[in-house]
Amino acid sequence: MADLLAIQGLRTWFHTRAGVARAVNDVSFAIQPGETLALVGESGSGKSVTAYSILRLINEPGRIEAGKILFNGTDLLKLDDKGIRSIRGDRVAMIFQEPLSAFNPVQTVGAQIVEAIRLHRRIGRRAAYHRAMELLEQVGIPSPAKRVHEFPHRLSGGMRQRAMIALALACEPDLLIADEPTTALDVTTQAQILKLLKSLQAENGMGLLLITHDLGVVAETADRAAVMYAGRVVEEGLVATLFTRPFHPYTAGLLASVSIDDLPPGARLPEIPGTVPSLLVMPRGCAFAERCPYAAGTDGCLDHAPAFLPVADDHRVACFRTPPTPRPPLHAEATGEAAGALLPLDAAARVVA
Amino acid sequence: MNTAARRRTETGADGRRDGAEEKPLLELRQVVKRFDTGAGTVHALEGVSLSIRRGETLGLVGESGCGKSTVARLVMDLYPPTSGTVHFDGKDIAKAGRDARKARHARLQMVFQDPFSSLNPRHRIGRTLEEPLIIHRRGNRKERAERVAWLLERVGLKPDAAQRYPHEFSGGQRQRIGIARALALRPELIVCDEAVSALDVSIRAQVLNLLLDLRKDYRVAYLFISHDLSIVRHMSDRVAVMYLGRIVEIAPRDDLWREPRHPYTRALMSAIPRVHPEQRNGARITLQGDLPSPLNPPAGCRFQTRCPFAAPRCRAEEPILYPATGEHWVACHFA
Repeated sequence: MADLLAIQGLRTWFHTRAGVARAVNDVSFAIQPGETLALVGESGSGKSVTAYSILRLINEPGRIEAGKILFNGTDLLKLDDKGIRSIRGDRVAMIFQEPLSAFNPVQTVGAQIVEAIRLHRRIGRRAAYHRAMELLEQVGIPSPAKRVHEFPHRLSGGMRQRAMIALALACEPDLLIADEPTTALDVTTQAQILKLLKSLQAENGMGLLLITHDLGVVAETADRAAVMYAGRVVEEGLVATLFTRPFHPYTAGLLASVSIDDLPPGARLPEIPGTVPSLLVMPRGCAFAERCPYAAGTDGCLDHAPAFLPVADDHRVACFRTPPTPRPPLHAEATGEAAGALLPLDAAARVVA
Repeated sequence: MNTAARRRTETGADGRRDGAEEKPLLELRQVVKRFDTGAGTVHALEGVSLSIRRGETLGLVGESGCGKSTVARLVMDLYPPTSGTVHFDGKDIAKAGRDARKARHARLQMVFQDPFSSLNPRHRIGRTLEEPLIIHRRGNRKERAERVAWLLERVGLKPDAAQRYPHEFSGGQRQRIGIARALALRPELIVCDEAVSALDVSIRAQVLNLLLDLRKDYRVAYLFISHDLSIVRHMSDRVAVMYLGRIVEIAPRDDLWREPRHPYTRALMSAIPRVHPEQRNGARITLQGDLPSPLNPPAGCRFQTRCPFAAPRCRAEEPILYPATGEHWVACHFA
């Protein structure tokens, strides 16, 4: 299947007075139509900057330095301003963490949805209002005919996020980018919003790029996940694989530190020692090496950044550790298919040139 | 009288036994807190009773607006209750004189949610940590410096941190500094209001481990307030679940998880996303609607507008907190 979105070698750097912050550094991943990809990472890992880069919402001192963002085959980075504006809010829409600051406070919810529709569609005001009401109803807002005339501050947090989703869906986008859509919400409301996103996706088949720091949300909603650390994707694969057989020590550490429900109450929690390095003074080697339990014994971790390479089908990792050899499938010799399952790797081949 | 009935008469409204045991370190009795605002009266707390024993951790869990932080501020004596009392070590904190208040402050400390706004940006860390020692006249200059060094080491920071300013530290490190400050006077109770909510997951485990170690080493009691049920479970001996200004269920930790009785507790437990993808699509109770406004709480049971089991009685009559078994108390007509 052709990729809905393919990001290749994206670099978004911020040229600050203190130096160059490499917020996004050689990030590559792809999303298929109808798929949910979660971009996971802690604060400062570059997940939001990656999302903003897709719609070219990066302001000075930030700059997209290199890479391609192919959306249905078109490189969004090559479009002129008019071209990218015609994509934004139409084919690619975005919802934000804090809907109160994303909405215009002095315009009604309905007026803002109408504006979004009429920006991209030749449709009368009355018909657009009708559509806005339909959208509010679709996202589960009670009495939409009344709510369409409300100002954003009149809605509760959960309702506001629903209205934000209605606004994003106005032009039936092919790709929805959701930047921490439930982080500001309570758990019971979060459960409602995630359920809504899944059902809308099932209805219209859009791709979903879900940006979150919450591994629980990833496990519940995503098909695949890409884990970011200090501006790079360190591991990417199917959620089922990543959560049961994480390969990168950072992914494994993250999972261990949220395994709180599996431990006896009061027991010490597994922790990742140390802190994330500053984006301004990135280490020469692997950014995780300083906190990594395996780095000491492995040559190269401190000197070279590991390349992002496959360890199995649909599972890529940036780490020098040699992947475990999977058991060859039965009758492998007879069919000669064993070689395709796992690429032969040695540490030297994984070094970025 | 059978055992269960006798137990009922012996336990207080908060689920702990009166009489034979030592008096609780902290006790809230029928605390009501209302705020008059331009839009009307906010019913923040409506008759909350709870207690914490020495060395015990009580978890307080609920969603935003349920009154958790109001409890924390009342305990810290930042404002008085509208009615009801807060007792610390047997004494009503509202009746304390100046000296008694100061003495209490040394025994009762708080760790705040936001490690960025809770440290004075213009004070070096050493000064922030030394200040409580000066105010409470603990030790001479040399002894205080030693205590600061000890505190920094205890929370896992290097000694040179004392010479640095808050902005030089990460969020997790700042939260450690906040904990060190709370620890400076060797308090008996620390109120942790969403103490790890602002931290990244890999840092969160470090801070929780520190809190666990301190409890083990100094037998400090915690009022551990969080919206995160998993963390509350891990940290607490007993857990109180709040909804719209009321405690709807309070029980020893294991009892609560073995048999959550209130429909809200069950919904809260089932709403947490699990980190096991294979457990997806489990039987989930998704609550309908939003938290009602505390300006105008619903009549009868406060949860009836969102409760999947609400009956006519729930709309007419407010359930009281009663002991279902022993220390397990619940406020529901049908639990």
